[in-house]
Amino acid sequence: MKTGIKNMKKEVRGQLITYGLVIGVFIIVQVMLSLGMISNLMQGLLVPLCTYSIVAVALNLCVGYLGELSLGHAGFMCVGAFSSAFFTKCTMTTGLNENVRFFLALLVGTLTAALFGYLIGIPVLRLRGDYLAIVTLAFGEIIKNVINVLYIGRDSAGFHFGMKDETSLGLGEDGEVLVNGAKGIMRTPHQSTFTIGVILLLISLFVCFQLVNSRSGRAIMAIRDNRIAAESVGIPITKYKLLAFTISAAIAGIGGVLYAHNLSTLTAQPANFGYNMSIMILVFVVLGGMGSFRGSVIAAVLLTMLPEILRGLADYRMLIYAIVLIAMMLFNWSPKLIEFRKKFIADVFKKKEKEAA
Amino acid sequence: MSFLSYLINGLSLGSVYAIIALGYTMVYGIAKMLNFAHGDVIMIGCYVVFTLMSQYGVHPGISILAAILICTCLGVVIEKIAYKPLRGANSLAVLITAIGVSYFLQNLALLIFGADTKSFTSVVNMPPLHLAGGKLTISAVTIVTVLSCIVIMIALMLFIRKTRAGQAMLAVSEDRDAAQLMGVNVNGTISLTFAIGSGLAAIAGILLCSAYPTLSPYTGAMPGIKAFTAAVFGGIGSIPGAFVGGLVLGIIEILGRAYISSQLSDAIVFAVLILVLLIKPTGLLGKPIQEKV
Repeated sequence: MKTGIKNMKKEVRGQLITYGLVIGVFIIVQVMLSLGMISNLMQGLLVPLCTYSIVAVALNLCVGYLGELSLGHAGFMCVGAFSSAFFTKCTMTTGLNENVRFFLALLVGTLTAALFGYLIGIPVLRLRGDYLAIVTLAFGEIIKNVINVLYIGRDSAGFHFGMKDETSLGLGEDGEVLVNGAKGIMRTPHQSTFTIGVILLLISLFVCFQLVNSRSGRAIMAIRDNRIAAESVGIPITKYKLLAFTISAAIAGIGGVLYAHNLSTLTAQPANFGYNMSIMILVFVVLGGMGSFRGSVIAAVLLTMLPEILRGLADYRMLIYAIVLIAMMLFNWSPKLIEFRKKFIADVFKKKEKEAA
Repeated sequence: MSFLSYLINGLSLGSVYAIIALGYTMVYGIAKMLNFAHGDVIMIGCYVVFTLMSQYGVHPGISILAAILICTCLGVVIEKIAYKPLRGANSLAVLITAIGVSYFLQNLALLIFGADTKSFTSVVNMPPLHLAGGKLTISAVTIVTVLSCIVIMIALMLFIRKTRAGQAMLAVSEDRDAAQLMGVNVNGTISLTFAIGSGLAAIAGILLCSAYPTLSPYTGAMPGIKAFTAAVFGGIGSIPGAFVGGLVLGIIEILGRAYISSQLSDAIVFAVLILVLLIKPTGLLGKPIQEKV
């Protein structure tokens, strides 16, 4: 059995370790939950942890494998969240089975996010580097802003859309407001559970791993490493860029669906769907290691827990979070420190060899 | 008349964006990094002036000087501690570190000054200007803002064209290694850039808070992002581009807020940015990127 694992392809082994890690943590958490060892606060964090991990995996596909810095993934999350919550809200009275409804909402959220990713990707992927980053940020902000002025209502005559306020919808007597501008979508059912979150995370990881280890994935990485060389050997650049970007957006949408069904009121605030969220996810990706899905998940979990673990320090916790972040970046990336670390490790090994001799 | 007054307001807001964008664009041109903490330096500058003026009753002029001085030092210190060790590292790593610095400054301000919004007393207390028989009123802050922006622009252009330090900046932004070989003190030049950029951020912050008198630890974040947008809009790395980009963005924002929708004004600004970048992928005045195999 042991040799079996060793003989496996490196990529397959890496995948299995990642799945195993997620499932292992899931089982440990479930055991701890049943023993009542997890505080309410931490229990409330379980679904967001899955959400952030999923979006971090999505962004890693875009940043680590496609090599394009996107600061708009919160926007795709927002699209996924609102479209799925809207679907759930519309079908709540139809007597559809809850689980079927959630599954359909998941599909709706994912596909809508994918559609947005595709449509935004067509113009955006023509740009490079920081220009691409700022345009994705701009799209994310536009999505958030538009949702904040969007009013959708429903009465016996059908759907009503508006961009001004509730009354301008002109709803009939039996009408109800489904999307209420800045107040968002109210009274959505709580359907996201930790188990669903972990399953969705595993699915997202599976999709990403399959993609990057396929022919398409190798083409995407070739474009990242050298666009011109890739183009000259006949790889259709636009097609593969769009493919990766769309899938990345779709997975961010899954994160959004999970997020939306964990809240009773869904609003588009700067804190949850603004550029701050995109940046936070980017921090997870870079700290976890670009091109490592496992790293993204670990970083997302650790960095989301960090402020909660530091809660004892009260007011200082976010300050310490910032310092830890800067210190980790310096430690991981500073060319001088990397050299120093290598030298230090080499010295230690030399000493050991001497002692052994 | 109301159109004219909106236009002037837009010009004023645009001037503030332009001054902030100058800091972004200079740092980008020379250090090739997006300094996400720039917006928070603005906020620190505002708090310095606020504290000195409201709590210790210091003269506005002296407070402004103190704020500029503190922000300049802050900029240099941030560069030395957080960015210099990462020179030569992946640009994304530097970006994340800058975000870390931004979080740090915000939370430091939160700890020292509290989360409540302070009302900032304008540093300009002159009577507003009445034109066209009282139909058009221009506040003194507006005039001071636009004038400062123009003065700063001209001074900066002269500094870069006429002084050795300015020439060194140009050289470092063109080719860092070649500049070093020619005897330019690269580290010193980068520090100087951060110093100037942060000093400008202090001025911009004070002008911004004089016109829109609310101050909280998150005051700098959104103007910072907008100014960054302005810098990209004009072509990042280009100083005239930052000026043009800032003004255009400010005017679009105010006109959009007045005539289309106040809630959608940010969306309009970003939509215009996207359009411009799609037509000219390196901004209005940016140089085209040449790619080598």
